[in-house]
Amino acid sequence: MMAALNVGIALLILALAVWTVVARDTFAAVVGFVAYGLLLTLVWVQLAGIDVALTEAALGGGLTGALLIGAAARLRRTEGAARAETPGFPTRLVAALAAVVVTAALAVAVLALPDPAPTLTHETAANIETTGVGNPITAVLLAFRAMDTLLEAIVVLFALVGVWSLAPDRAWGGRPGRLQRVDPNGILAYLARVLPPIGIVVGIYIFWIGADLPGGKFQGATILAAMWLLAVMAGLADAPPVGRTWLRLALVAGPVVFIAVGALGAVVADAFLAYPDGLAKPLIKVIEWALLPSLTVTLALILAGAPEREAK
Amino acid sequence: MTDAATLFGLCAAALVGIGVYALIVNPQPLRKIVAFNVIGNGVFVLFGAIAHRGGALGWGGDPVPQALLITGLVVAFSATALAVALLLRLYDVAGSATLAADAPVPAKPDADTGRSR
Repeated sequence: MMAALNVGIALLILALAVWTVVARDTFAAVVGFVAYGLLLTLVWVQLAGIDVALTEAALGGGLTGALLIGAAARLRRTEGAARAETPGFPTRLVAALAAVVVTAALAVAVLALPDPAPTLTHETAANIETTGVGNPITAVLLAFRAMDTLLEAIVVLFALVGVWSLAPDRAWGGRPGRLQRVDPNGILAYLARVLPPIGIVVGIYIFWIGADLPGGKFQGATILAAMWLLAVMAGLADAPPVGRTWLRLALVAGPVVFIAVGALGAVVADAFLAYPDGLAKPLIKVIEWALLPSLTVTLALILAGAPEREAK
Repeated sequence: MTDAATLFGLCAAALVGIGVYALIVNPQPLRKIVAFNVIGNGVFVLFGAIAHRGGALGWGGDPVPQALLITGLVVAFSATALAVALLLRLYDVAGSATLAADAPVPAKPDADTGRSR
């Protein structure tokens, strides 16, 4: 039964992936990609990665989908010209050959994976008590591999700096995106009033339980960011001008606290990002609380895009 | 348990192949970004299948690769958002979104007003 379900999911995902390739209309392809992202969430559940599934649903299906749909709508007028550029048969044949070779090589690798599989599960289980958290993913993210998480928070920030740097001169420091004109009595405005209270509770709950159960700051921050973006898209709120000092402080607060805790470890414990004995859980909590608002604002502003309107 | 890992591992291999084909064949930059994401998903699912094989002690997967996957998903989103922002800026400045070498030169190459009003 389970095997049949898995085969069904795999076939549906492959069919939707093919759809994103063959669909003539980019908008249709992107909508297919969103459905595909949500199906991937089921793959993560079947692969017992509930934390990953939550991230995929919120980021892969949710925010990436909104980003691509918005872009597809804005680029609609380029569709006709682009179709004329479709490469001829020789290129397509070479591309198909390249795809088959890559797939075959990966498939051989999958079938030749070592058995028993190499694993760090035992090491994680043996050391998780020193961190005081119950969710092994959180223990890895904020203790054993905290450096990755720190660099990731900074990468997200750099992506936002990159997006902002694409602003035209006249909108430098201005408000991101276009002014939304939405029917104030339409379904979007209605949903933007009804959903955020529920979404905020869900987002904070997922963040709150992250220490001991699947969840955490990335998933929580993504949901909170989505709720704010929903209000912006419905015209109920507006994105702040990106030049605001409070906004920039909010963006860097999380990484700064993270680095400060790391530096504390270099002084008190024996290494950067090491936690002093017995203080691991409180320090992990401090980092998570500092990262949640920063990540929320960063993810929301990345999606809002480059500034396009002057700050008034 | 291993069956699901093998099945989705093979599915991931196919996703990478579909993405490679789309990346080469589709002329539109936005479609190439989607294709790149399909390749990325394939790599992530493959990694997730490997994590699943490493599960033990009642945990369904090895938590170390699973945590790295969460990091990877967030970074992939950031890269996608940056690529989309670059593409929209290209469209605003050039009036088209083509990667063709003989693309028409915009009337005012340094025009900064774009068409975003």
